[in-house]
Amino acid sequence: MPLDTNIKKVLVIGSGPIIIGQAAEFDYAGTQACRAIAEEGIKVILVNSNPATIMTDAHMADCVYIEPLTADVVKKIIEKERPDSLLGTMGGQTGLNLSMELAGEGYLDKMGVRLLGADPVTIDMAENRESFKAMLLRLGKPAVPSGIVRDAGSALKLAGELGYPVIVRPAFTLGGSGGGIADTPEKLAKIAAGGLRLSPIGQALIEKDISGWKEIEFEVMRDAAGNVITVCSMENFDPVGIHTGDSIVAAPALTLADKEYQMLRSAALEIITELKIEGGCNIQFALYPDSFDYAVIEVNPRVSRSSALASKATGYPIAKVAAKIAVGYRLNEIRNSITKKTNCCFEPALDYVVVKMPKWPFDKFVYADRRLGTQMKATGEVMAIGSSFEEALMKAVRGAEISMTTLNMRGLAEKTDDEIRALLKIKNDTRVFTVFEALKRGVSYDEIYDITRIDRYFLSKLGSLLKTERRLAGVSEEYVPDELYLSAKKHGYLDKDVESISGAKIREKLHAAYKTVDTCAAEFKAATPYFYGGYDSDNEAAEFIDRDKKRVVVFGSGPIRIGQGIEFDYSSVHCVWALKKMGYDVAIVNNNPETVSTDFDISDRLYFDPLTEEDVANVINTEQPDAVVVAYGGQTAIKLTGFLHRSGAKILGSSAESIDLAEDREKFDKVLAECGIPRPKGLTVFTAKDAIKAVEELGFPVLLRPSYVIGGQNMVVAYAMDTVKSYMELILSQNIESPVLIDKYLPGIEAEVDAICDGEDVLIPGIMEHIERAGVHSGDSIAMYPAVTLSAETVDTLVEYTRRLALALKSKGLLNVQYVIYDKKVYVIEANPRASRTVPYISKVTGVPMVEAATRVALGEKLRDLPYGTGLYKKSKYVAVKVPVFSFEKLKGVDVLLGPEMKSTGEVLGIAENITDALYKGLLAAGYKMEPEGGILITVLKADREGMLPVARRFSELGFKIYATRGTAKFLEANGVKAEAVAKIHQSEENTLTLIQSGKVQYVFSTSEQHQEAYLDSIKMRRAAVEMSIPCLTSVDTASILTVCLKNRGEYQDFAPLDITKMQR
Amino acid sequence: MGYLLLANEKIFKGSLCGAGANRPVIGELVFTTQMTGFLETLTDPSYFGQIVLQTFPLVGNYGVIEEDFESAGVHLSGYIAREICDEPSNFRSSGGVAEFLKKQGKIGLTGVDTREITKIIREQGAINAAVCPEDPRKLPEEEYAGLLKEIREYSVDSPVLKATSDKIEFFAASAEYDKPFNVAFWDFGAKGGIIRSLTARGCGVTSFPAGTGAEELLRKNPDGIMLSNGPGDPKDNEPIVAEIKKAAAAKIPIFGICLGHQLLARAFGAGTEKLKYGHRGANHPVADLETGRLYITSQNHGYTVSGDTLSPKFGRVTMINDHDGTCEGITYSAAPAFSAQFHPEACAGPRDTAFLFEKFISLMKEKR
Repeated sequence: MPLDTNIKKVLVIGSGPIIIGQAAEFDYAGTQACRAIAEEGIKVILVNSNPATIMTDAHMADCVYIEPLTADVVKKIIEKERPDSLLGTMGGQTGLNLSMELAGEGYLDKMGVRLLGADPVTIDMAENRESFKAMLLRLGKPAVPSGIVRDAGSALKLAGELGYPVIVRPAFTLGGSGGGIADTPEKLAKIAAGGLRLSPIGQALIEKDISGWKEIEFEVMRDAAGNVITVCSMENFDPVGIHTGDSIVAAPALTLADKEYQMLRSAALEIITELKIEGGCNIQFALYPDSFDYAVIEVNPRVSRSSALASKATGYPIAKVAAKIAVGYRLNEIRNSITKKTNCCFEPALDYVVVKMPKWPFDKFVYADRRLGTQMKATGEVMAIGSSFEEALMKAVRGAEISMTTLNMRGLAEKTDDEIRALLKIKNDTRVFTVFEALKRGVSYDEIYDITRIDRYFLSKLGSLLKTERRLAGVSEEYVPDELYLSAKKHGYLDKDVESISGAKIREKLHAAYKTVDTCAAEFKAATPYFYGGYDSDNEAAEFIDRDKKRVVVFGSGPIRIGQGIEFDYSSVHCVWALKKMGYDVAIVNNNPETVSTDFDISDRLYFDPLTEEDVANVINTEQPDAVVVAYGGQTAIKLTGFLHRSGAKILGSSAESIDLAEDREKFDKVLAECGIPRPKGLTVFTAKDAIKAVEELGFPVLLRPSYVIGGQNMVVAYAMDTVKSYMELILSQNIESPVLIDKYLPGIEAEVDAICDGEDVLIPGIMEHIERAGVHSGDSIAMYPAVTLSAETVDTLVEYTRRLALALKSKGLLNVQYVIYDKKVYVIEANPRASRTVPYISKVTGVPMVEAATRVALGEKLRDLPYGTGLYKKSKYVAVKVPVFSFEKLKGVDVLLGPEMKSTGEVLGIAENITDALYKGLLAAGYKMEPEGGILITVLKADREGMLPVARRFSELGFKIYATRGTAKFLEANGVKAEAVAKIHQSEENTLTLIQSGKVQYVFSTSEQHQEAYLDSIKMRRAAVEMSIPCLTSVDTASILTVCLKNRGEYQDFAPLDITKMQR
Repeated sequence: MGYLLLANEKIFKGSLCGAGANRPVIGELVFTTQMTGFLETLTDPSYFGQIVLQTFPLVGNYGVIEEDFESAGVHLSGYIAREICDEPSNFRSSGGVAEFLKKQGKIGLTGVDTREITKIIREQGAINAAVCPEDPRKLPEEEYAGLLKEIREYSVDSPVLKATSDKIEFFAASAEYDKPFNVAFWDFGAKGGIIRSLTARGCGVTSFPAGTGAEELLRKNPDGIMLSNGPGDPKDNEPIVAEIKKAAAAKIPIFGICLGHQLLARAFGAGTEKLKYGHRGANHPVADLETGRLYITSQNHGYTVSGDTLSPKFGRVTMINDHDGTCEGITYSAAPAFSAQFHPEACAGPRDTAFLFEKFISLMKEKR
């Protein structure tokens, strides 16, 4: 059954903003799907609200809609474009839920739109807990003992029958949000109530706790003819009890005997056959370690995070194959693009082992609860490939950018044996390191197994690393013996660690040689160069390098984390494409399995390895490139600059020197002075005493930050000396001998400029204005393009300052500058000569392919020879508003108050012909339900009361009931706004918390000073709002914008979706 | 230290494990891409006389589990893996693989770049080799030349007769079947999995040594005849082929697997040929030409039936390998017989084609 020629126009639904549980993997999947369908000559219509993605590039589909992912909007697009089919299995849970909603109400039938890849009935079988259980029963496959409840009372009754502990799994929620393990009725009542509220169908599964069983996943595929294969098996290092997204995962499964493996594989195939899925599917099993007992935990009838991992782990492009199947092909009619000799109807054979390690945001959220459970908390992940488990694990650890290159975690050595034993019981992000420490203390495998249920096989692998370290530590010679050095390299140790652990020198450094990921364990010759490093002598990469061509190596951005998201993958990929277009032979190095950049057909050669200095030097040793690129891989790549420069690599674009000029505060100040550009006054201090003196000199408010962190970590805005004192105490207690920077904080309008400089001229594609005043991290601000309120004069100043700065910094390529406009005066906050977070957004709205232009310029072309001109690029006819999206509901204990530290995980875009429409779309896309009636709660700092007054007034006019804490209520009443006073939490039993829980308020406006201790009233209250899914706004500016949008809500109901490929520029 | 010396004089250094050896152990070097199932591989008699290399680097993770054996002992000559786990973990495990090899008197080699060796086999075809306890480069010139000659000239002599059992044995059908089929099982070096697949489906199985004549087999009045897998070149078994020809004339349902499939084809006049480096793994796609369906199969064979040499008078190729188009299954018209090149009994590998046993049973039912 080849291509189904009835399919002429397909609507593909993306997954929306990056949130915890739904990250870059869906850009990867969606991009593959769009390309796979388009190459069949089928028209592709794409809708996705996330502008930072590659899939929303104008050339990825015939029509691209960056619009809110709501049923109403998708209907409008269907009515406008009249597609004959819809592919909803590429956009994660968001895309699937949306497709089901449209199918469920009969809309798709009515419009003659065929749902590809899955049947609503079978999707329901996988997603609805009751039909899921019935399906398993029919197939004779065991489910976890459980029952469905719709209220907390029945949950308690059921748990009584199953026996505690029990797990609560709300139906249809992302990444398992709202779920949890309850070991007492009290806990169950609480978790069940929350989970049921979050479930869109008000349903939750209560099941017996099978924590400690092995957790095994299978990625399976099926075509319309019924052919079924498994692509990959995966085994979690962390057994059942920790969400698979938060588990260290190995591929393939390593501890299953063939009997166990085939039992689960057969079950997986029977399930996908029963579900009649046409495409890919993920099936999770729990396997009891001491018998053949198992249970099917979950089925995801779509591509998923695990399928992205499986694709990268095997080289088998699941999303692409799923898309081809959806348009009619059979597995054996799809070519295996790696071997080019075989087709996609086979099961990949691996001759290496893969380890995935999650990347958690706890470095940003130091007050967050680090314990792991059924709620996923990781924002991203890294994958590592090695010839041994040890090597792969070590690569994963050092690739995760957690300042560790071995399993020895700082601080653990000081703990007593008892403390370490106690720590083993805590399932958190650092447990693997605790286990390693326990092994060092001589705690037996059996004891560790009894506590953690981590399979003894994995424990023995940690033990094997420990043995290597002990052998290294035992070296007494001046040089590490060659044989020991080689075995340490094969266990993944970096040279610097070999030397520091052994106290001996390395006689002759070994360079990595590269092996190929080829889907077939070398059975067939691979045509696609996808490599990982190791320490055998055969270097397979060498034969793939075209020595006659100019070669460039591009460094990627590593795992997705807060502050460094998918936008850097976007830029990296565009850089590769631009270089290829210009005739270069391009290699990319990256270790994030969720990304487009690690797809094997993006670059000429893909090195799937960590981005540490040694790993990168190895790639350079094999590639011998003419130049390297660091400008697009975020901080991960930028921090390699110095090393690369010292080792003699030619850095394309801005030099190491200009990057240093921008990053070193003193040098930067000098540049600014030379350019005559003001910046907020600042001082550098080392002690609390000096800090007080500095603050007295500068005057409140001030911005405090340590000089050693980048990206807004540990920054606060202080309005009072108490904050300054406690901040200094906290920083100084960490024994870091690094100064603290204190700047005058200017609460003005923030503007952001992305520019391209060729050394002579500067092109500014666009100027963005932030809604929130300076003080809220630019990544967390709502940004408008073009600037809305800035005067022509200010714009001229911004253009001129940017031009001067770009030239003075000698930047070549991209430059991002942040400004604050206060009292009509423009100040520079910071400048970065590299790709910024806003590059994809501005490229898409202005039509200037910024990365390509910057890459051309970096290679010597002149802006005046490119078709975009110089100076400020012409304004778009459209207004585009970027709205940040947060994942607060996933991160217990994190305060939602916005400040100088970035907290958002993703973003959406609202595009329209005017600012109010664009804002409305943006807010809608970001998940605001835009409730038109009800109540609001205001509890703000004294300083913000004035600013909140118009907001309160407008809500009052809209018919909302206004609640406010006593002081604020009094202030509002005094200014003619009727408000009901509510007690603070500690003041009364009836208080803000109970008010929020009562469901009487639809919006909460809360500001307070930045103390992050979770016990504070205001934080408790804000958390309650988050847990009730009530929008909680912590900036007066955001609040004002919301009221404007709400006021005009009716008029926006029928806004038209915009196809960005047809936007007139 | 241990070494692998290939017939093309390539040498790989690793570590020896398993049983020691005073002198090099010679065999035909083949690779298998299966990621699980090392126990089944080790105990599969079809590997008789071969040095088997596992392309998956981590072997022995779940240790030795006797109930998963395909035969009582290890028939291969040498075993190569990148890493053999010395601390296995599984609730059924009774020990490590290295220790097991030692008990079985078999030599193992670890710590070599198995991928590089696999690439050589892929490019040059299955190649003879020797696992050497000492560095062959350090041998006196003459001794080295002698060893090389021995490697290059090595071939197994009547492996089937060595791998088959020496006695008639009966395996009862599962207890729930009260009217079991009587299956005569021709053991050419059989995997236990085939017998288990039959008994589990209601067949009482009488296993006969490879050298048994057709008459003796038929004397048992079997409902069907099962031709087992086995080692070596099918061409080297002409006396057995002649007996199969006689048995087929009785028009009793016959099912052949692997070598059994090849011998049955030869009995009907078809030819066989050697594949460059064979099919060994658990991921091979087989297309059923009659239904268009594809199945993932477990395979272990170095020879194949030359499909175009099968006369349409006797039967037709009904299944092919989807990678290289080689013959994977034949349905005969001249007799109630069919055969598969792959292993529907799995062990190790996918169980997706187990329905072929049902097909055999339906044939016997029809004839009953």
